[in-house]
Amino acid sequence: MADGHKLEIFRGLVKFKSNTQKIWGVLAFLTLITAVEVVLGIIKPESLTDTYVLGMKTINWIFIILTLVKAYYIAWDFMHLRDEKSSLRRAIVWTPIFLVIYLVFILLVEADYIYNVYKDGFVSWNF
Amino acid sequence: MNSTVTTGTETSVWGGGNQPLGASYGKLMMWFFLVSDALTFSGFLAAYGFSRFKFIETWPIADEVFTHVPFFHGNYPMIYVAFMTFILIMSSVTMVLAVDAGHKMKQNAVTWYMFATIIGGIIFVGSQAWEWGTFIKGDHGALETKGGRILQFVKADTGERASLSDFAASLPGDRVIHERKNGLWFFQESALPSVSLEEVVEGFKADSNILIRTELINEEGEKTLLDRKASLAKLAEATQVVEGANLIHNEYGSRLFADFFFFITGFHGFHVFSGVVINIIIFFNVIIGTYERRGHYEMVEKIGLYWHFVDLVWVFVFTFFYLV
Repeated sequence: MADGHKLEIFRGLVKFKSNTQKIWGVLAFLTLITAVEVVLGIIKPESLTDTYVLGMKTINWIFIILTLVKAYYIAWDFMHLRDEKSSLRRAIVWTPIFLVIYLVFILLVEADYIYNVYKDGFVSWNF
Repeated sequence: MNSTVTTGTETSVWGGGNQPLGASYGKLMMWFFLVSDALTFSGFLAAYGFSRFKFIETWPIADEVFTHVPFFHGNYPMIYVAFMTFILIMSSVTMVLAVDAGHKMKQNAVTWYMFATIIGGIIFVGSQAWEWGTFIKGDHGALETKGGRILQFVKADTGERASLSDFAASLPGDRVIHERKNGLWFFQESALPSVSLEEVVEGFKADSNILIRTELINEEGEKTLLDRKASLAKLAEATQVVEGANLIHNEYGSRLFADFFFFITGFHGFHVFSGVVINIIIFFNVIIGTYERRGHYEMVEKIGLYWHFVDLVWVFVFTFFYLV
């Protein structure tokens, strides 16, 4: 849509005066998230690398969730999906999400199975 | 019933000209492309996840692979790739500012924002080329065993990585590179490593301060360090020296890591490169006033969508290659 930008982010918590301001605001937010990711990646606090949530390290959950948050703001504000009709937005967003979850689930479960075959299945590969 | 009676609105529904999604043809087609391209990248990253889960115990640790920053010596994991990420996000911002200026029909502002976007894209592609170069050139060098596993070397007293040149003995040898002209014409080999396997083995036996590190990740999330006796036993399994990485050998560990690194970042870099080329074309169109005469800057908006998508993909590549 050419005009009529929605200027609120964080569900209306922050409201910008103009589209340009919103862009800089989103940049600041994305930079902050990237900085948090990089700092966590460098120091790797043990409280996050030694604990597991649903079979995955806590720190990896944090990384993946922060990535999805970044992806959300890139798509919603930079690709201005926020200003598009909800039907278009849903068609664009949910199609890949559904297919990716499906693909990732199948491939990772299969890979874990192969890992176990290599580990206990009398297959010699580490020589 | 009077179903044949048509009201005004129904006429317009069946008469065409509707935009149920409120987006123009060009924008919709761009979105079609982006969704399919997103699925392509997802396929690559899922395949990467597959291989990684398959070799979860021996996968290289990215922090130990990408440690260099141009013009600086030393060990700085993550810093350079964080800089690249920031450059790409920044160029996304100038792109969205160009789109915004286009809505307001400000030709001058669009021109300058497009210019900044192109510069950002070029810096990013250049950084990626540098990162590839560093990765291919290699860092410390390693040995490869018969089973294709990688043995790296560590100094026992400091715990730092030891380069092959640090301890390899210098043995007289007359092994020369096999080229078509000096050997069998239907064979050739790539450049010989800087030290031979025999030199590494002899140097290792002479220097008791060097230990072998295997690919196996232990419970602390670090690569397993063998003691001196186990190191000497393991050394007997080595078959060749590996320096740097290519599609067949990889001194950093699993060769699949290098394959996926080249493939995924290469495919992404190709996207950035084509984005820069299209940006340049549209940049010149803006300058000569094509969109001013057309009455709208939708073309800038469409390339903008593509550019943000490239940024979006990088966010995921960054996470799954460098962070997780």
